[in-house]
Amino acid sequence: MTGDPKSSEDIRLGLADRGFSGKILRLDTQVTGSSLSPEELEQRLVEMGFVEGARVEILHEGAIRRDPIAVRVANITIALRRSEAMAVIVE
Amino acid sequence: MTTASLRLALVGAPNTGKTSLFNRLTGSTQKVANYPGVTVERKSGSFSTPEGRSVTVLDLPGTYSLRGRSPDEEITRDIVLGRFAGEAMPDLVLCIADATNLRLTLRLVLELKRVGRPMMLVLNMIDIAKRRGVDIDLDRMSQELGLPIVTSVAVRKGGVDELLKRTDEFMARSHEAPQASQWATPTVADLKAAQREADRIIAASVTLPAKPDTLTTRIDAVVLHPVAGLVILALILFVMFQAVFSWAQPAMDLLSDSFSALGQLIHDVMPEGWGLLQSFLQNGLISGVGSVIVFLPQIIMIFLFILLLEDFGYMARAAFLMDRIMGGAGLHGRAFIPLLSSFACAIPGIMATRVIDNRRDRLTTILIAPLMTCSARIPVYTLIISAFVPATSVWGWINLQGLVMFGLYAAGIISALSVSAIAKFLLWRDHAPAPFMLELPDYKVPRLNSIAIGVYTRAKMFLYRAGTTILSMMVLIWFLASFPTAPVGAAGPAINYSFAAMIGHAIEPLLAPIGFNWQIAVALIPGMAAREVAVAALGTVYSIEGGKEAADAIGQVLAQKWTLATALSLLVWYIFAPQCASTLAVIRRETGSSIWMVVTFVYMLVLAYAASFLTFNLARAMGIS
Repeated sequence: MTGDPKSSEDIRLGLADRGFSGKILRLDTQVTGSSLSPEELEQRLVEMGFVEGARVEILHEGAIRRDPIAVRVANITIALRRSEAMAVIVE
Repeated sequence: MTTASLRLALVGAPNTGKTSLFNRLTGSTQKVANYPGVTVERKSGSFSTPEGRSVTVLDLPGTYSLRGRSPDEEITRDIVLGRFAGEAMPDLVLCIADATNLRLTLRLVLELKRVGRPMMLVLNMIDIAKRRGVDIDLDRMSQELGLPIVTSVAVRKGGVDELLKRTDEFMARSHEAPQASQWATPTVADLKAAQREADRIIAASVTLPAKPDTLTTRIDAVVLHPVAGLVILALILFVMFQAVFSWAQPAMDLLSDSFSALGQLIHDVMPEGWGLLQSFLQNGLISGVGSVIVFLPQIIMIFLFILLLEDFGYMARAAFLMDRIMGGAGLHGRAFIPLLSSFACAIPGIMATRVIDNRRDRLTTILIAPLMTCSARIPVYTLIISAFVPATSVWGWINLQGLVMFGLYAAGIISALSVSAIAKFLLWRDHAPAPFMLELPDYKVPRLNSIAIGVYTRAKMFLYRAGTTILSMMVLIWFLASFPTAPVGAAGPAINYSFAAMIGHAIEPLLAPIGFNWQIAVALIPGMAAREVAVAALGTVYSIEGGKEAADAIGQVLAQKWTLATALSLLVWYIFAPQCASTLAVIRRETGSSIWMVVTFVYMLVLAYAASFLTFNLARAMGIS
C-alpha cells in the first residue's frame, strides 16, 4: 500500500543487484511490468511472504538479463521475475 | 462416530511433505482419479487406527490460501468449505506444515480456522527442524492458535504414531455441531493482518537458528549459478536420457521378446482352422497391447527421475534456470520437465503437465509435447535411415546417418518451439504471460518409500490405460487390417484385401503429391496404434515374413522399391504426423474435451503434409529421385 512519504533511499527490488539485502518498506503494485492486476499481484506477493518489515536478500539471478531472481524473504527462498519484483519497495 | 469411517482431509502449502505423509498413512491403498469435470487429481486412501477405527483420507491439492486461483486450489477450497458437489465435507481437517518453514503455513492455518471445521495442525519433518536447531514450544503455539498440534516424521516408520493416537482420541470424543463458517475471500489487508499474526505467533513460540540451512545455501551457490547451473542441468539431462534410452533397453527387450514368444505360443498351440481367433489373439491383442506395454520400463525410469528430483527439491530450480530460456518461445519455466519427458513418450509428458497451474500455459505445452521425438519414432527413423542414407562421413569425422538422426531430433524441437510461439500469438495474444513465482524449498534427502509409491501409482495408471483405451484402439486397427479376409487361393498378403488396404487405396491419390504409394498408406493405418508398428506393417505389405531379423530385409526391399525422395518425405512425415492414437486419447483425457484432441490432430496432420510435400518436391527438383 502507498501513503508513506517517498524517501530517497527507496529502491525497487526488481532493479536491485544480486547480493542486495534490505527490508521491505511497502508494496506498490501500480506500475510494474507484470501481467497481473495490481490487486492480484499484491495478494500473491503477500501470500509468498512479502510483507512490510520482512528482510529480503537477492541470492541468485538467471543467466538471461539477470532474470528471474531468487529472493530470501525472512527464512524462505522465493523465485520470481524482476517484473513482479518491481512492486516490492525496499530500503 | 465409531461405526462410520472418519473422513480426513489433508491440507497444506506446497513442499510441506504432505504427499509423503499421505503415502505413509495410506500406503498402497491409495487411488488416483480425477474430480468430475476437471483435470485435477483426486488422491484418496484409507487406513485403520491402532484401536481399529477405519479412516478415509483425501489428499487435497497444495495451496497457500483458500482464495482458489487455479482449478486445483478451487477444489481444496470447495471441499474444505463443504460446497463441492459429490464430495462429503471432511470430519477432521489436518493442516500439514513443514516444521522448518512455518511462516506461510501458519497464515493458511489462521485462514482455515475461520472455516470452523474440527482441525489439527501437523508439524511434519520435525526431525529436520530439530537437527537444524529450530526449537518449537508446542504448548505455547497450540495455545496461541487454539488448535491441537501433533508432530510427525512422515518418512520414518512410527513417525506418524502420535498422529494415529490423536486421531483415535478425536474419534472417541463426542462432538458438538460444527460452527458455521466465518470464512470469506480474504482481502489484501486480511492477508497482511494474518501474516503479521502468524509472524507474532512464530516469534512467541519458535526459536530459529542463527543461520539458515547452510547446506542448501552451498548447493544453490553452484546449482543456481548462471553458468555452472545450466551446465549441471545439462549433465542431469544427459544422465536421464542415458537412463531412459540405455538402461531401460534390456527390460524393454525382455518385455518385447516375451510378448512375441507368448504370441508365438498361442499361434502354435491353437488348432488349425482357428485362424481368425488365432490372428486376433496374436496380432490384435498380444502384439497390440505388447507394443504399448514395452514402454513401461521407460515410463518407470522417467517418473523415477522426475520424482527423485522433485523430492530432492531440484525441480523448482530447473524451472528457475529455464524460465527465461523457455519464455522466448512463449513457454512457462515449468513446461521444461513435461517436454523433456516427451522425448521418451508423449504420454507421461502430457501427464506431467499437471505441474503447470496456468491453463493456457498447460494447453500450449500439451499441444507441442507430441512434436518432441518420442522413442517410438526411433525404429521408423532407423529403418529408413539405414536403408537410404549411406554410412559415409561428412567433413571427415561426422557420420552422415547420425547427422540425419540428429537433424530429425532438432527439427522436432525447433518445430515444437515455433508452434508454441505461434499458438501464443494466435490463441492467447491478449493474455500477458503468467507470472513465475514459486518457492525454492530447502534440499532434502529423497524419501525412497514415498518415491516408490509414486512410481507404482504412475505405472498402474499407464497399465490401466493400456488395458482400456489403447486396447480398444488396437482391436479396431487389427479389425481394419484383417477384414475382409483374403479369398481362398489369393496371391499376395492378406492385408491387401482388407479394409486397411481399401482405405490405403482410397487415400493414395491424396498421398501421391507427397510421394507415398499405396503400400505406405496401408502401413500408416496400423501405425496409428503406435508409430513403430508401421515398420512391421511395411514388412507385411511387402510380404516379408519374420520378426525383428526381418528389419534388414525390409530395408533392402524398400531401398529397391522407393525413391530417395519418397524415403525423405516419409521421414519428415514422421516428425510431425499425429501417428499415435494413445497420445490423442491422453490429450482428450487431460484437457477434459475432444476439442484439443482434434486441434492437435489437425495441426499436426497439416504440418506433416505440408512438410512432406515440400521435402518430396524439393528432393525431386534437385534430381534425387
